[in-house]
Amino acid sequence: MNLESGARIDGPAPVMAVAADLAKRSLWLVPAAILIGGIGWGVDGVLSTLYALAIVVANFVLAAWLLAVTGRISTTLMAGAALAGFALRLCLIVAAVVLVRNVAWAELVPMAFTLIIAHLVLLFWEVRHIAGTPAFPGLKPEADLPNPYLPTDTSPDEPSASTSSPTVR
Amino acid sequence: MSALPTALQIVAQQFPEGTTAAEAQDIAAATNAAFAYGLAAIGPAIGIGYLVGQSVQAMARQPEAAGQVQTTMFLGIAFTEALALIGFVVFILLKFV
Repeated sequence: MNLESGARIDGPAPVMAVAADLAKRSLWLVPAAILIGGIGWGVDGVLSTLYALAIVVANFVLAAWLLAVTGRISTTLMAGAALAGFALRLCLIVAAVVLVRNVAWAELVPMAFTLIIAHLVLLFWEVRHIAGTPAFPGLKPEADLPNPYLPTDTSPDEPSASTSSPTVR
Repeated sequence: MSALPTALQIVAQQFPEGTTAAEAQDIAAATNAAFAYGLAAIGPAIGIGYLVGQSVQAMARQPEAAGQVQTTMFLGIAFTEALALIGFVVFILLKFV
């Protein structure tokens, strides 16, 4: 196995672009959350679903940030951060829900189901979005990046060395 | 075998004197909810560990594909985490609703 213990990922972090894309897409879910929460549980339901949506987006952004930051230091640290971050984010989600469970506007049923549904909807939406360009390292959120796998006019025989593509060192 | 106490009897012995049936039921519900959430988090944790390990290996083998692997890893982690979130929702519904 050709794995250096101190290897790190240089260049832009596409996970942050994916997380930003997920956050932008979550805005499209706000009207649906307001509609469903309002019809089912009134104003309290609206607030609860929006709170759960914010938790989901914060969870994605925190996960991506942890991977991006630790990946620049070491891939070993990134692996540790992925697992420790999983536990940490679960604890944060539990704390975020448990802390507001006795607040007057908190409706736990729409909040709980919004957590799951928004999480899965955003993920499937993002996967469908980026699956169209699976061979592109920057993937769709950074579609203006040059594709290092395509031959360039200057050196058609050798793959181009793109500075914007992340590499492991 | 019959002399051995059942798990229920062991749990019942842990309750302090004067615990009512309703209180014991609440404690049992809380314990079950906590077990449900804990068990639901084990599988995703194993999955994420395996996923990240394989992703790091893939990045080491093919450094030029690190961005693609990292993105796929992130989405894989998020999908695996959905299982733990389902466990959390079950916990909420069992404990608080």
